[in-house]
Amino acid sequence: MNDFFLTIILTLDATIRVSTPLILASMAGLFSERSGVVDIGLEGKMLASAFIAASAATVFGSPWIGLLAGILASCSLSMLHGFATITHRGDQIVSGVAINIFAAGMSIILGLAWFQQGGLTPTLTSDQRFLSLSLPGVDLFNNIPVIGTIYRELFSGHNLIVYLAFLIVPFIWWVVYRTRFGLQLRAVGENPKAVDTAGLSVNMLRYKALLVGGLLCGIAGAYLSIAHNAQFTRDMTAGQGFIALAALIFGKWKPYTVLSACLLFGFLDALAVRLQGVVIPGFGEIPVQLIEATPYLLTVILLAGFIGRAIPPKSVGQPYIKER
Amino acid sequence: MDRNSRINWINRLILPALNVLSAFTATAIIFILIDVDPIEATQILLYGAFGYQEGFGYTLYYATNFIFTGLAVAVAFHAGLFNIGGEGQAYIGGLGTAIVILLLDPNTSPWIFIPGSIIGGLLFGALWALIPAYLQAYRGSHIVITTIMFNFLASSLMVYLLVNVLRETGQMQPESQLFSENSWLPFIHNIVAKFGFSLEESPLNVSIFIALLFSLLIWIFIWHTRWGYAIRATGLNSTAAIYAGIKPKRIIILSMCISGSLAGLVGINELVGYQHRLIMDFHFGYGFGGIAVALMGRNHPIGIIIAALLFGVLYQGGAELAFELSNISRDIVVVMQALIILFCGALQYMYSPWIIRTFAPIEKEDS
Repeated sequence: MNDFFLTIILTLDATIRVSTPLILASMAGLFSERSGVVDIGLEGKMLASAFIAASAATVFGSPWIGLLAGILASCSLSMLHGFATITHRGDQIVSGVAINIFAAGMSIILGLAWFQQGGLTPTLTSDQRFLSLSLPGVDLFNNIPVIGTIYRELFSGHNLIVYLAFLIVPFIWWVVYRTRFGLQLRAVGENPKAVDTAGLSVNMLRYKALLVGGLLCGIAGAYLSIAHNAQFTRDMTAGQGFIALAALIFGKWKPYTVLSACLLFGFLDALAVRLQGVVIPGFGEIPVQLIEATPYLLTVILLAGFIGRAIPPKSVGQPYIKER
Repeated sequence: MDRNSRINWINRLILPALNVLSAFTATAIIFILIDVDPIEATQILLYGAFGYQEGFGYTLYYATNFIFTGLAVAVAFHAGLFNIGGEGQAYIGGLGTAIVILLLDPNTSPWIFIPGSIIGGLLFGALWALIPAYLQAYRGSHIVITTIMFNFLASSLMVYLLVNVLRETGQMQPESQLFSENSWLPFIHNIVAKFGFSLEESPLNVSIFIALLFSLLIWIFIWHTRWGYAIRATGLNSTAAIYAGIKPKRIIILSMCISGSLAGLVGINELVGYQHRLIMDFHFGYGFGGIAVALMGRNHPIGIIIAALLFGVLYQGGAELAFELSNISRDIVVVMQALIILFCGALQYMYSPWIIRTFAPIEKEDS
């Protein structure tokens, strides 16, 4: 029984770790799509940031510089997306695809040129990355049976970015629903013409939203290479940007529901690792691939309107053409 | 030349040329950034792609895949749809091909094997596109998102099938058993040898003719049939198409199924033509490459064949480049692909206002 309890706690702990980049990336998508710009480039921006963050952390020896460089890389791709889709009214999907492929190729090419290690970055030492933090009072609670374990394993012992990801969601909710910028953001995604009539610049608002998205995506990418792992590896995002996109849709573009979707998808991921090769009596082995595919499957079913309805912001995907 | 015909020329010729040129310039800048001489790199690349028979064979072999996926993306584009699911459709199409071959008796005649495997690829590719198409047409879910999800579903499904179902007993590699020799498509060097010529061995096989045949069929279909007309009308203006009695929902299904089935033929070249068994990730990158090919080829079969050839050159030449220079890898081709998608797709009209102002200014009326 005790073992079982610990397994559950450890699975949940893993859930928190794998959900973190999903949360940050899907919040990035939330800003962008709420402003009316489809962002399938989340994956590429994360990958670019992961690579640049690991490189900068290696060269400058500080995780903070790494994080900053990662954010810069992600933001520049965001601005490129904006330049193509807002300024030149290009297709948002095409631009996103270009960004994803660009990051996938460029990270290897630059990695090879800079470090000569087959596209990897050198392994980071512990002072070059964000390490796990121990929350105060772990020793104090340790003797209390259940709560002590939960506090030690589940709440304590994560790195800074994990705590940031969970704390940022209420803040994002506040920004989106309680500030002037949030109101303008939601308005420009639903009805850009009205925003324009009110004398605000649709383009400027969308650029701002993309910049915030770039920032969050940058943190998500840096988390992968300089906090969760200690190195950049080829294609290390491995579809997480698309899972984040799925979570954004599954969470219906609302911060807290998106958070729940990220936790659900993160849990499925953690579960898939746990269930590898486990035989369930009377059922046989559960195919790990089935659990891995569940987030995608759930999103397809939700989008098809079989469980609830996911209605995107009204103007999403359409470039705004100002009437003369 | 009057202004309209000048604008026409600008849009058809000058803009696409400028866009491709921009993509190449950007690549050259990247070469310089990583300390590779772009001219030397180009020479190596061209030598790898054209310099010797085997290399040229590989170039055409890769181009064959790009023709299939390029046509696939183009057919969907004509209907105003963006089929980003070419990866998944190619993968599942290969599964269909493999299933047909593995189920048939190994001694079956090639005249049954070859059409059978093609039909298998067409059907399974179409099936993998049909579901997203149905969901878009009748349930209103966005086709881009669903096809992205279906790419991931396809790769999970294939990993499962290759590891648990199709793997040859007693083998560690997640591959199917070898296809019956009767099902193999002949290599070009073997065919040529029968006529007394000799060519170096390469994976180039008769699939390239299948790809050219399908290019012709698609050209006829899109520009010379009622259905093709309906697809183009829907893509240009779906509201007007409804007034013309065209049913957009059917067009979505029709165009996506054709698109998926074309992507599904990648397996014919890769598996039946060369590998002779179902392997993991044989399709990798061709689905996305098809987007670049279609954008660059402006959705016309002739443009697609030319663009596919260019990508074949890049793929094969890129391999040569990675072999010759230690500080560069084949991923440079991926970067070029991205730049072509960016400049020929997303930034398609970047130069348009400037160039029209310069070369076709609004003429002042004489009054």
